[in-house]
Amino acid sequence: MDVVAIILTAIVVGVVGLIVGLLLVTAGEKFKVEVDEKEVAVRAELPGNNCGGCGFPGCDGLAAAIAKGEAPVNGCPVGGAPVAEKIAAIMGQDAGAAVKKVAYVHCSGNCDVAKTKGEYYGIQDCRAAKAIPGGGSKACAFGCKGLGTCVKACQFDAIHIVNGVAVVDRNKCVACGKCASVCPNNLIDIIPDDAKYMVSCSSQEKGKPVKEACEVGCIGCTLCTRQCEFGAISMKGNVAVIDGEKCTGCGKCAEKCPAKIIRER
Amino acid sequence: MKLATFRGGVHPYDGKEFSKDKPIKKYMPKGTMVYPVSQHIGAPAVPVVKKNDEVLMGQIIAEAGGFVSSNIISSVSGKVKAVEPRLLPSGAKVNSIIIENDGNYTPVEGLGQKRDYTKMSKQEIIDAVKAAGIVGLGGAGFPTHVKLMPKDPNAIDYVIVNGAECEPYLTSDYRAMLEMPERLIEGLKIMLSLFDNAKGVIAIENNKPEAIAKLTEMVANEEKIEVCPCQTKYPQGGERNLIYAVTGRKINSKKLPADAGCIVDNVDTVVAIQMAISESTPLMRRIFTVTGAGINEPGNFEVKIGTSYAELIEEAGGLKEGVQKVISGGPMMGFALSTLDVPVVKTSSAMTCMLEDEVARYKESPCIRCGRCIHACPSHLVPQMMMDAAEKVDLEVFQALNGMECYECGSCTYACPAHRPLTQAFKQMRQAVMAERRKQQQK
Repeated sequence: MDVVAIILTAIVVGVVGLIVGLLLVTAGEKFKVEVDEKEVAVRAELPGNNCGGCGFPGCDGLAAAIAKGEAPVNGCPVGGAPVAEKIAAIMGQDAGAAVKKVAYVHCSGNCDVAKTKGEYYGIQDCRAAKAIPGGGSKACAFGCKGLGTCVKACQFDAIHIVNGVAVVDRNKCVACGKCASVCPNNLIDIIPDDAKYMVSCSSQEKGKPVKEACEVGCIGCTLCTRQCEFGAISMKGNVAVIDGEKCTGCGKCAEKCPAKIIRER
Repeated sequence: MKLATFRGGVHPYDGKEFSKDKPIKKYMPKGTMVYPVSQHIGAPAVPVVKKNDEVLMGQIIAEAGGFVSSNIISSVSGKVKAVEPRLLPSGAKVNSIIIENDGNYTPVEGLGQKRDYTKMSKQEIIDAVKAAGIVGLGGAGFPTHVKLMPKDPNAIDYVIVNGAECEPYLTSDYRAMLEMPERLIEGLKIMLSLFDNAKGVIAIENNKPEAIAKLTEMVANEEKIEVCPCQTKYPQGGERNLIYAVTGRKINSKKLPADAGCIVDNVDTVVAIQMAISESTPLMRRIFTVTGAGINEPGNFEVKIGTSYAELIEEAGGLKEGVQKVISGGPMMGFALSTLDVPVVKTSSAMTCMLEDEVARYKESPCIRCGRCIHACPSHLVPQMMMDAAEKVDLEVFQALNGMECYECGSCTYACPAHRPLTQAFKQMRQAVMAERRKQQQK
């Protein structure tokens, strides 16, 4: 065996390896991508659902925005207070009081109380039902169609159709707002979890047609607006709306509501 | 001779035997009349009467609310009971004028006065059509006076009367062609007098041989009018398809028929023009078919606009037992009704009452990529791929596939062996795209 050949080969390979290695090191130094360490750390704390509930393109987008100071440290609605605290620590800020928020469906017209005007057997999607004349089987044009577009949109299994109407599971809901964005009747609002009283109807009809369509509809009597001492209730068209900021949760409106649609949650 | 037609389309059961031999019966309304202010494409009309006002037959009760809009005319005399939102056959709730019919039909001054169109100027004719509140009676309800005022009237070389009546079950245009051909031809002549270079074509599907024979004989001595028999195929009466069949010109959703040198109007619209010009009678009536296996005595009626659907059901002998579905319009493009308490509007052409056997109620299954929808689409789209976009509510892809060229004729859904609800999905997407565009415009 030719020992010299083996040694030569080893030397050639070794030298080539050394040159390539040096090249790689210089290239690595020269073309280094600057990564904000804070961003990496923040990203590690975020839940990673990429739900978009924060308004940024996924968790990466939010992490970048927080690191740059463009988004608040409690910007992730899904992670809530615990995640906000950890991110605040990374950013060296105060987390601030993060209020837990949840989705709320402003309709309670389930199969027992809402009347039907016909049978709908088209595409089982609320948006598709809304697009056709008549708009689904329920007599009320403003209420929950109960076809579950919000259920399909929810990544957290927090909203379900119960007896023909969408109901939010307050424990699972993280207030990402996905359901609210797909509801064709705009029935879903993101509200503070501790809000005590809510209007469970969105019908813009006047009293008589409301009653003809559903047993639990807001008839627009405005009794609640006069009842409230704190000016927390106003009329939006023909339906009462409670301002969560002003509401003290005294419950007088619920007591007086003749249709019993202002309810304690 | 090879029959004129377009590429694509389907051959559904036409169901015309129920009512095609029933002569038009004049129906006088009994109950209160409802006149929605939005019976056409464009801006809603503005009511010019108040509660408790007395109105006469032929009086304008709501004035056009813009250029693309139309007058609403009372078809009875009586007292205005209310102005309130009422349900339309299309499912929308629209502000409506409700009039208590006094049964006297007291006409306004000058109603029914004979006029000679040859002594009227072009502008006078257009103004008279506008005042008469005439819109396309085929279904879309595009104000006719707007159609009659193209940018360049001399560029119009075809005035097409749409007598295809491709929608299954409907026979109102057929009966009108058989029973009032003189009015039809005079109406067409009035339209031709507006366009110096145009010739008139009456396009009729060849499943109506009597109508073709009758009109061909009547226009034999007319230099500028001819009858064009078309192949029986749905949707032959779609405006774009009919223009292609008659002239070989292609238009899309961004163009008007006038851009291809054509004016297309439905048979009943042309009759309405004749009545408005030659007899000073504004649009107060239309021909309406009540048909289907679910009605006792199917028939064709000349009804006053504003009459309740429920009254017409009664007039046609009432519904049979086991009726599953009542549709305003025909089975392909009509709207299923949830109540019969809706008025006949300018654009409602028929009521189809269906028994269980006729109602297409299938279980949907996955797409097998057979391509039948592509062959059926008269707009030459790819419904199968559009459906993929629709399921994801992907507006960009839907538009990239030219989804906005779809006019919801329903041929793809009819042809689909997997019974996929394509048309409904496209309807949803088209509405979503239009809503998005409006949002962008407001910004």
